[in-house]
Amino acid sequence: MSDLKQELKEKIIEQLNLEDVAVEEIGDNDALFGDGLGLDSIDALELIVMLDKDYGIKLSDPKEGRKIFESVEVMANYISEHRTK
Amino acid sequence: MSSNHYIQAFVHIKNETVSLHGNTLLAAPKTDFSTFSKTAYKELGTKYPKFFKMDRLSKLAFLAADVLLKNDKDPQENTAIVLSNRASSLDTDMKHQNTIADAANYYPSPAVFVYTLPNICIGEISIKHKLFSENSFFIFDRFNANYLFDYAESLLKTKKASKVLCGWVEVDAGNYEAFLYLVSDTGAIKHTIKEITRLYKL
Repeated sequence: MSDLKQELKEKIIEQLNLEDVAVEEIGDNDALFGDGLGLDSIDALELIVMLDKDYGIKLSDPKEGRKIFESVEVMANYISEHRTK
Repeated sequence: MSSNHYIQAFVHIKNETVSLHGNTLLAAPKTDFSTFSKTAYKELGTKYPKFFKMDRLSKLAFLAADVLLKNDKDPQENTAIVLSNRASSLDTDMKHQNTIADAANYYPSPAVFVYTLPNICIGEISIKHKLFSENSFFIFDRFNANYLFDYAESLLKTKKASKVLCGWVEVDAGNYEAFLYLVSDTGAIKHTIKEITRLYKL
């Protein structure tokens, strides 16, 4: 699980172009949106594409992302349970 | 059309160099645009984390506009933006096309797609500098001083704007060039087609 969380942090930084954020600065339970990393709605869509492309998880309802993308910890748990690749 | 307006300030970005009023602010080693834009962002003291999410056209326009606007001692929210180029958003259009060309690997990126219009760069500038006036982005075969002059004069004379940020911002096939200038009621250079053309060629 810790490998997956590390992988997710690296992907979030790379794919969302968080140029001034380091992996160690993202806590497992930090909020990704709002006051946390400050991600926006386009970032949310990008994360939905990432779930599909990298883990074979299709979200039929984008609103599901609100819960799944709460933190790296929550994302990692969801991916572990639902991944198809 | 005669003018009582002035070119208050102008900036060039090309060949790894940023210059304001013809004076070099930054001269970086020869490199690609991605590396150069990061260097320029840091060296010019640009403070806007969302910069790194922009496409190359927006980064170029944003850097050039930021140099002009943060040095403006009398900023006006009623500043219009009139930009132009030849390649439109082709640089990003092709990047988007590459993500959807293979039906078996069809993953269009929302973050890329949102930049598949050239005028998005105007939005980025407007958000950062809180500008609320008119804006337009024109596609020309080449730099068109006549058109930019007429359009800016019209905006100023009809009181649609108190200042106009005009210019050319082009990214195409590894090449990039920005020339932006700010037209207002004050300045040392008369707002004329001849002067716009002269400054563009500096």
